[in-house]
Amino acid sequence: MSDGAPAILVRDLRKSYDGHEAVRGLDFEVAHGEVFGLLGPNGAGKTTTVEILEGFRERTSGIVSVLGFDPGERPRELRERIGIVLQSCGIYRHIRVAEAVRHFAGLYPAPRDPDEVIAIVGLDAKRDALARTLSGGQLRRLDLALALVGDPELVFLDEPTTGFDPAARRSAWETIRRLQELGKTVLLTTHYLDEAQALCDRVAIVKDGRILAEGPPAELGSTAARYRVTWSDEHGEPQSREVDDPTALLHQLTSAALARGKPLSDLSVTRPTLEDVYLDLTAQAGDAAEQGENAAEQAEEVR
Amino acid sequence: MGDMALAWRQYRLERRMFWRNPTAAFFSFVLPLIFLVLFGALLSGDRENLEIIVPGIAGLSVMATTFNALASQMTFLRDQGVLKRMRGTPLPANAYLAGIIGNAATNAFVQIIIVVLAGRLAFDLGWPKDWLVLVVFTLLGVACFASIGVAFSHVIPNFEASAAYTNIVFLPLIFISGVFYDVNDVPAFLHDIANALPLVHVIDGLSAALVTGADFGDLASDLGALAVWTAAGIFFAVRGFSWSGSREE
Repeated sequence: MSDGAPAILVRDLRKSYDGHEAVRGLDFEVAHGEVFGLLGPNGAGKTTTVEILEGFRERTSGIVSVLGFDPGERPRELRERIGIVLQSCGIYRHIRVAEAVRHFAGLYPAPRDPDEVIAIVGLDAKRDALARTLSGGQLRRLDLALALVGDPELVFLDEPTTGFDPAARRSAWETIRRLQELGKTVLLTTHYLDEAQALCDRVAIVKDGRILAEGPPAELGSTAARYRVTWSDEHGEPQSREVDDPTALLHQLTSAALARGKPLSDLSVTRPTLEDVYLDLTAQAGDAAEQGENAAEQAEEVR
Repeated sequence: MGDMALAWRQYRLERRMFWRNPTAAFFSFVLPLIFLVLFGALLSGDRENLEIIVPGIAGLSVMATTFNALASQMTFLRDQGVLKRMRGTPLPANAYLAGIIGNAATNAFVQIIIVVLAGRLAFDLGWPKDWLVLVVFTLLGVACFASIGVAFSHVIPNFEASAAYTNIVFLPLIFISGVFYDVNDVPAFLHDIANALPLVHVIDGLSAALVTGADFGDLASDLGALAVWTAAGIFFAVRGFSWSGSREE
């Protein structure tokens, strides 16, 4: 596995449903040990892409390699080495937490210790609880435990914190960081910017089945856009300007203020955040296309 | 772990899940007993009619524990995303389904034992005339109705609809198939419909085993009809199989 080949390789991936192209030529690679995020609005094609990589859906065209396997052929060895947290999936209502984790451990050739996994996801106190008595957040942690108990090299997390309250999100983030510390490769999808920013080594911003930008979250913020300088002028009116290099502007402003003998109030210099980049990029594509996308994903599920 | 061991593990889990909902388990076993008690009282020891009712209710039990139970269970598992989750694990589909169907088959055999014991102890019908015929027709009935039940789950749109869908098949079928009276007493056109469907043939076999003592030679047409239905059930069960619910996303 350490022969330099990426954990995931995607080349010109395309997926059409009934003539609508939900994924239109994606290219990306995920290195071993990397946390990679597919970030985009609902209906961008994130789930379609991940479900192709997981082996749930067939691609229309393109090259896909996951740990060196073609997931479209659904090889059992691949399923032994990946862990999947689906966007929504159920469990037997009358199964106990520890019982479920133990049962799933038995499906894998070299599982982790179930008790350890229960501790990692923070369900110690609920180990004897029936699944039907768990809260939504606790069920999501059970999902994660069941995905991790096979000791996968690669973990897919499809919107792992959607619907969580802020505290639950933070604790889920902690768990995902622990996966990274354990050397796991993680592919996650999210439509939360702060989540991508907090967790991912690299992010691809996806919209309408295409990648609009890709790179480490910090770089995406700094390279694509400019400095924003805001201040209040001599009449107290707020002013704002975007510049590539703020040096000259700042010199001008501070000199003028000194000459007037008045302080320069409300001065701030900010670099664009990933959020600015994201909103900028995703606003450019039309929303009508997005709706078509949703309809197409639903049409696929009906089959 | 080999696939057989995985199937066995899944089977044991399904058994635990079945008993962990104890009232549901209790009522599913009590249903045939209630029918037996009711008709036993109604017929008050009319031997000729009891010899119709006991194998009839045995056949009803085989169908209820397999067709009804699996059609609704598979719909539930599909709707809830359990099937999709299992598909993402290394567990082979065959081992998973073997565990689920094995659970239903166990319930069918337990109910047959209950009916046989009730026939012997409460209705004085004696022990089965032919144990081999009993086992073979219970197995065939299980295979037939289990495969049709899985196939039928493909047409049930969601779990909430599953009771209505299974009853629209189950209730008319038990009435025309001679569960409660001699199938030869029904009008010819209903008799023909019933004969084209599998339940009559399961009951014929169970009746031979429990009452008449007819051998496999006399039951050749029943064996043939059940084989055809089982093959069709397996074909449609596999062909229409869907791992995820239609309402997802």
